[in-house]
Amino acid sequence: MAMLRNKVCGFAAPRSTVLAGVVALAACLGYGQAVNSCVDCHSTMPDPLGVTSDKFSQDIHAQKGLTCTSCHGGDASSYDPTVAMGSKAGFKGKIDRRKIPDLCGSCHSNPNLMRQYDPSLRTDQLAEYHTSVHGKRLAAGDTKVAVCIDCHSVHDIRPPSDPRSTVNPVNVATTCSRCHADASYMKQYGIPTDQFAKYNTSVHHDALAVRGDLSAPTCTTCHGNHGAVPPGVDKVQNVCANCHVFQAQMYAKSTHSKVFQEKGLPGCVVCHTNHGIHMPSDAMLGTGPTGVCMRCHAPGDHCDRARVSILSNLTQLDGTIKQADDALRVAESSGMEVSEARLSQDQARDALTKARVTIHSFQAALVDQDIQVGMKIAAANLKAGKDAMIERNHRRIGLGLCFVAIAIMLVGLWLYIRKLES
Amino acid sequence: MFAALYRWLDERLHLDGLIEPFRHKTVPTHRLSYWYFFGGITLFLFIVQVFTGILLLLYYRPSANEAFESVQYIMTRVQFGWLIRSIHSWSANLMIFTAFVHMFSVLFLKAYRKPREMTWVSGMLLLFLVMGFGFSGYLLPWNKLAFFATTVGTQMAGQVPVIGQPMMVFLRGGPQVTGATLTRFFGFHVAVLPMLVTILLAIHLFLVQRQGMSVPPKVEAAWTANPSLRREMRFFPNFLLRELMAWYVAIGTLGALAALFPWNLGVKAEPFASAPAGIKPEWYFLFMYQTLKLIPSKVWIFDGEVLGILGCGLAGLFWLLLPFFESDKPARTRTWITGLGVFALVYMIVMSVYGYVAQ
Amino acid sequence: MCADHIPQTRTTRRHAIEIFLGGGVLASLASFLYPVLRFLVPPPVADLGGDEVVAAKVGDLKPNSGEIFRFGSRPGLLILQSDGTYRALSATCTHLGCTVQYRADLRQIWCPCHNGIYDLSGRNVSGPPPRPLDAFDVHLRGDEIVVSRKREA
Repeated sequence: MAMLRNKVCGFAAPRSTVLAGVVALAACLGYGQAVNSCVDCHSTMPDPLGVTSDKFSQDIHAQKGLTCTSCHGGDASSYDPTVAMGSKAGFKGKIDRRKIPDLCGSCHSNPNLMRQYDPSLRTDQLAEYHTSVHGKRLAAGDTKVAVCIDCHSVHDIRPPSDPRSTVNPVNVATTCSRCHADASYMKQYGIPTDQFAKYNTSVHHDALAVRGDLSAPTCTTCHGNHGAVPPGVDKVQNVCANCHVFQAQMYAKSTHSKVFQEKGLPGCVVCHTNHGIHMPSDAMLGTGPTGVCMRCHAPGDHCDRARVSILSNLTQLDGTIKQADDALRVAESSGMEVSEARLSQDQARDALTKARVTIHSFQAALVDQDIQVGMKIAAANLKAGKDAMIERNHRRIGLGLCFVAIAIMLVGLWLYIRKLES
Repeated sequence: MFAALYRWLDERLHLDGLIEPFRHKTVPTHRLSYWYFFGGITLFLFIVQVFTGILLLLYYRPSANEAFESVQYIMTRVQFGWLIRSIHSWSANLMIFTAFVHMFSVLFLKAYRKPREMTWVSGMLLLFLVMGFGFSGYLLPWNKLAFFATTVGTQMAGQVPVIGQPMMVFLRGGPQVTGATLTRFFGFHVAVLPMLVTILLAIHLFLVQRQGMSVPPKVEAAWTANPSLRREMRFFPNFLLRELMAWYVAIGTLGALAALFPWNLGVKAEPFASAPAGIKPEWYFLFMYQTLKLIPSKVWIFDGEVLGILGCGLAGLFWLLLPFFESDKPARTRTWITGLGVFALVYMIVMSVYGYVAQ
Repeated sequence: MCADHIPQTRTTRRHAIEIFLGGGVLASLASFLYPVLRFLVPPPVADLGGDEVVAAKVGDLKPNSGEIFRFGSRPGLLILQSDGTYRALSATCTHLGCTVQYRADLRQIWCPCHNGIYDLSGRNVSGPPPRPLDAFDVHLRGDEIVVSRKREA
């Protein structure tokens, strides 16, 4: 560096060139990091004023070139607090909760601006937010409701696709539960706070958080994210129908659909509940604790009889499939090859699944159709298993005959040897 | 009819001269002469292997895509395919077992001693080749267990210093076990090993025929002292007929095993899936495998596994050259060779059982 | 040798031996040869189902329709498009393993379990499926439609 200066001085260049060189050098040394007085001071402070550069460097905004002053205003080049955090520099300080959506929206609702960063990002979040329960209550003055930073975090905002993001599908339920599972926080609103606990027992949670199936629903899938509102009682089945198409179609054509609508009952939720949705079982058609039909229907009426018919058909097919499985297993362990029948068992199981879907038509005859298809296949597989055992017995008879032949031979040889040696 | 055929051939080939020695060949009979059958039984099982192996060749396809399916096809669609394949698998195991019995009986009956050193060496080489048959054949159905057992086995071979890695790549046909390994093992199993075994077997049988059957030293001593005690049986037809009975019992056993305990097929190998827990080699490698598992990972400054493999190699080499360790004081060396033999037998049995029951 | 010098027991014993030996040889050889001879005759179904299979015959399918066939140990879907070309794909949905079907109205492949949709190349275009369906090669051999696994590059 001294060499450079001497050289430059040797040429008697103007001082500004030297200065420019030093500044450029300093900029090169601190490549990618402009002077940020905010972080330099605030990284040493304790919470709630503390923001380390480590934390902020994780933030998608920092990675796109924004910094503290982009939201908070102020002057990041000065270390003088009166300048850095002065009103002349437009310093906003800690943003008031009621102003946060508009602040975020000042960029995120501006398509022309967002296009410069990521043209595929939506820009209607603010508009949706205004229609949500959170947005409406905020407008009415309730600052306890969620604003952008409650879900998306602040200073380390990650895109939803990042598994560490608070709004990644796997983490959404936990994020919502920070308020919605807090009984004391939610006391004044009069809504339940057991949804998170129930959801964690559900089959959807199992698919999403345990098996990692990102297509499985979480809170926002049914309730919306920015426009979060619970679906109306008569709209529940529309939401479920997005994935469970067949069931919804059958239900829509069934008698229950009209009746539930008239009575203001929430469709699918009546039998399957909403948050704690468990794997359905045939017992739901029964009369035990998990049985749902008899909650409304009277024993012995037309519907009860249909229920009994459907349940017995399903039980019969399930039983036949299990019988065939057992027979095939025994055949296999005896060494018989029954892979084709095993494959066909999958088809029988598919038929059973289909029959269970057809329950939602609430017509025993339709369910029976699917059952019969499955019964034919399962019965054929059971026969295959039994045939394999018959074949196995044939082999043993063949073996026995072979033994007889060998025994005759051995006797013959022995006699011959004796004769030779006598 | 046979006599007429014999005459016709004899006129052209002078068979009498060839057959003469066999007419007079005798087999000594004593308390321990039943052990003499085991060589012949091993030979018979080998013939069964060749025969069933050729039959399987008519349907088997040696490519990673089709191997498993072709064996499945043999087991399910081909008439009596299940029988041929199960006999082949059972006979393989039985043959290795009888080969070991034969080797130990020769050891304890001291048949390896002069002048039969070459017979012992050729026999030991045959034993190694037969185990090679087992190792290469095991992979051919291309199921999960075989795939991982081959991976572990070849990896152990790769641990030998200096030559290990090139040897492993040679065996595997590449750095990993792939379809190339299958093709290569198939080549070993149906061409290379049969050729080597045929040559060595010819030598081994020629030596046995030329030198006759050995008699245990104690019996030999007793007979030398009192020649009237000597008992012998004519090889043809007496011994051969008895051997034939043993062969019939063997084929009956094989049929029973094939019908009552058919060899299973398993699940098709997936090269990119992770190894299932508790992979073990076949029983005849278990004693070596378990020994290696018990050696600590570092012995002084040496890597435990390498030490173990070198140890196994050295033990094998020592066993191969056993007859040459007989010194001019035969009585003493024979005692300690017997002791060593007992130790080896017990060790192998204990280690095999341990390896079988261990997690 | 004079026949009347041979005691009766020896003749019957010789007979017994002959019967046992001869019968034993025949019976045992028959019991060995019978399976071997049957083994040598190729079974009626010559394909292995591993690498390729005859999925259907020309004329079995109507244009713009699909059919499930067995390929190895899993189901496959054979589709005849309206322009006359055949397509074959794995019929196991990559989401939870249900068997997919061809939807003539959508001209796409649909999984009824959770409304997953694949295009005709097998790409997962909508719904839960995380991966495309494996595609197979289709050739016509006479009037047989032969489906085989794609050759690895």
